[in-house]
Amino acid sequence: MALSEQEVLAGLAEIVVEETGVDAADVQLDKSFTDDLDIDSLSMMTIVTLAEEKFDVRIPDEEVKNLVTVGDAVSYITSAQA
Amino acid sequence: MAVVVTGLGATTPLGGDASSTWEAALAGRSGVRTLDNDWAELYGMPVNFAGQLAVRPDTILTRPETKRMDPSAQYAIVATREAWADAGSPEVDPERLGAVVSSGIGGVWTLLTAWDTVKERGAARVLPMTVPMLMPNSPAAYVELEVGAKAGAHAPVSACASGAEAIGMAFEMIESGRADVVVAGGTEAAIHPLPISAFAAMAALSKRNDDPAAASRPYDMGRDGFVLGEGSAILVLESEEHARARGAKIYARLLGVGMTSDAYHIAAPEPSGDGQTRAMRFAVERAGLSLNDIVHVNAHATSTPVGDPIEARGIASLFGDHTADVLVSATKSMTGHLLGGAGALESLFTIKALQDRKAPPTINVPNPDPDLPISLVRDVPADLAPSGDLAAINNSFGFGGHNVALVFATP
Repeated sequence: MALSEQEVLAGLAEIVVEETGVDAADVQLDKSFTDDLDIDSLSMMTIVTLAEEKFDVRIPDEEVKNLVTVGDAVSYITSAQA
Repeated sequence: MAVVVTGLGATTPLGGDASSTWEAALAGRSGVRTLDNDWAELYGMPVNFAGQLAVRPDTILTRPETKRMDPSAQYAIVATREAWADAGSPEVDPERLGAVVSSGIGGVWTLLTAWDTVKERGAARVLPMTVPMLMPNSPAAYVELEVGAKAGAHAPVSACASGAEAIGMAFEMIESGRADVVVAGGTEAAIHPLPISAFAAMAALSKRNDDPAAASRPYDMGRDGFVLGEGSAILVLESEEHARARGAKIYARLLGVGMTSDAYHIAAPEPSGDGQTRAMRFAVERAGLSLNDIVHVNAHATSTPVGDPIEARGIASLFGDHTADVLVSATKSMTGHLLGGAGALESLFTIKALQDRKAPPTINVPNPDPDLPISLVRDVPADLAPSGDLAAINNSFGFGGHNVALVFATP
């Protein structure tokens, strides 16, 4: 059964917090990974790799550049779920 | 340019910092224990013990830090933070600050865990941080980032001489004028089934599974190989001028380094010990001392049947009539062999021995090999002269015929 956007956000936040140490409260839909959360491209690739496994989705490399905000990622993952 | 030691840090099988490690060594404690896992049973490993860290880094570092660093880099960062704070967290021009941190094996946990991932879950699951974590210069690079070193970051690799070579290279960076301060040392995190199996395959490891704490016994008749250890030691080295200008506490001087190679065999030491004695002689000459000034040697002495006598005979032939006055300590009897971390940890022991004027003990030597013509410090520390200048050598030798001797002296 597919997860809701809220559930994806919570799961993604866990990954982001564990990987980067940012405050969980800062992982909000409107936050930019690079500008607001100070996440570099290597960390972003790590988050994507872990998210693919956690949510059982595939996020192509060429798609990652479109995931500017946390909301972009949550939307992509939510709709990509089988 | 005189080079001095102004900061010490360590995390070892004997303690989570430099002072607890040194206190445990003076007390003659062993950091070697049975492994708390089922590797021996699971993989048929003939050895089920090692010198594991006394304090795990994940109790000190943040979760993101432990996820982005191989254990070898984690240990180096723990030791670096201690050493840097111990040096007074000095303000240094970044372009005059260097980092030289070695590992003998590199990020073996990262490499092999990633290979497990490829086999079990596919290539797409390999994490992007894998390469920065497994590369052997990763600890040096993380230390460079930690202190903001821009004069150069290096990771000379020479198996079990790596940590000493790093300190030698740092010495040369300062002496040649490339840097004022260099954070230098070694680290190793190779207690993994593969390195244990591989060292065991070359019959290099002790198999004293029933009595791990007594397994590392350099110079004893019952020695049957080395004991794998892990950990890191880091020194802050500084030009004397820079250290004096900022009023830094000075532990010791690093007066000279001697480095030679055997050109003999990929793993076995050259039987005459010529390369080892040349390294010691060069280091003493470069220090501007005479052999009679040396009162203590922290020996490489790994507890192998073949290696220990070669070094002992080399020491005796080099020092001649003075040999009886040179107190030799084999601290791997307590820590196990930290491979690329060994030369740094034993440099730290050498520095503390000079500071406290006490040579640390060698434990587990109830039956000293009669063929070893040296003054071995056994069971309890031995006093060095209570006053006056003291100088000592730390020896480190590595597979491949790498020989490194460092000469330290009281400030």
